[in-house]
Amino acid sequence: MSIRHSLLSLLAEGDRHGYQLRQEFEARTGGTWPVNIGQVYTTLGRLCRDGLAEEVGKQDDGSVTYRITPAGKAEVDTWWSRPVPRAAPDRDETSIKVALALSSPGVDVLAVLETEREEILRALQAYTRAKTRIPDHPTGGELARLLVLDQQIFTAEAQARWLDHCEQRLAATTQGSAR
Amino acid sequence: MTEQTTGDLLRMTDAGRVHHAGTPTEVHALRSFSLAVAPGELVAVMGPSGSGKSTVLHLAGGLDVPTSGEVVLDGVSLGGLSVRKRAALRRRAVGYVFQDLNLVPALTAVENVMLPRELDGVPTATARAEALAALDEVDIADLGDRFPEELSGGQQQRVAIARALVGPRRLVLADEPTGALDSLAGEAVMKVLRARVDAGAAGLLVTHDAQHAAWADRVVRLRDGFVVGTTGELVHGVGEAPAGVTGRVVGGHR
Repeated sequence: MSIRHSLLSLLAEGDRHGYQLRQEFEARTGGTWPVNIGQVYTTLGRLCRDGLAEEVGKQDDGSVTYRITPAGKAEVDTWWSRPVPRAAPDRDETSIKVALALSSPGVDVLAVLETEREEILRALQAYTRAKTRIPDHPTGGELARLLVLDQQIFTAEAQARWLDHCEQRLAATTQGSAR
Repeated sequence: MTEQTTGDLLRMTDAGRVHHAGTPTEVHALRSFSLAVAPGELVAVMGPSGSGKSTVLHLAGGLDVPTSGEVVLDGVSLGGLSVRKRAALRRRAVGYVFQDLNLVPALTAVENVMLPRELDGVPTATARAEALAALDEVDIADLGDRFPEELSGGQQQRVAIARALVGPRRLVLADEPTGALDSLAGEAVMKVLRARVDAGAAGLLVTHDAQHAAWADRVVRLRDGFVVGTTGELVHGVGEAPAGVTGRVVGGHR
């Protein structure tokens, strides 16, 4: 995930300290992806090194204020306007496990599918419960949290559908009959 | 066999359904299925076509009878009842929500909700008051005078939920109630169903959609007539899955 572009997009709204960036990032993405402050400062260091941000002052407590540069603004604009690359998706452990189960002696593929499906349903139930705790007309951070929960629900559902599909394909293949 | 030891509105014990028994075309639609649904509980049954999930719904609603085991509806065992008595119990105890074609097109929303109560023999004024209350509980009290075609798909499903739970009815059986809806309307319908269950109804939901099944307290997964897994806490002593079945694949696979 691009912490770099996320932080840069926040800097595009105005000068910030590192801890402000961390706080704002978490609040505005529904608290779903916590970042540690070390990660924030490492990223800020790289942004400065690459000429996308700069240090513009130091307060008495030693906290540094960062400002986006024109090159940084251009970089943010590009981030908003271009899709996130999907050419090389993250390795998905469930897919890998199912694929290997097919050819691993002594492993019951259907049992593997069922185990994965049970876990996904459990996660879906948890996301859904979390969703019911958000008010009907969410604002600000609540809306962000709701959208991010929706994303997790849709992703989990897609995974569950894929597992169902695997099972049906497997049944069709082993029975040798077209459905 | 008709005594009620718990408050379960639905109790299925080792229920099985065989079609064409003893012939070459014998089909075990459902095998030894046990499930209890109490007030305040929403249970989802998931599975591919032919897994037995529709059979569960038909048996639970008294539309069909098991060839083995027992189905107890609102404390009354369906097994010993005549067809007429079964129909009467069904009408008194159960409400249905289907994927579509739920409402009578020629009747307004409130008239649709009144219908089961009028069939119960309740005076019209009482039926109307109960119907309006039921519509209020699904947040569409203001739409009572509209005809189904003047309502969105999601609103129609809310009317169907209101009708399923009008008067003393407390068990709603829902068959893919969100099937024809977009994701937001589907979510709204699930929220209403969840809210009605939280207010004391009992719900049995059949769906192939994991996203909607996730609104349930428990999700039972079927394949080839067998329970292959149950997700969610077990509220009752009578287990949904026989020993050794939960989370495991048992039988039925070649």
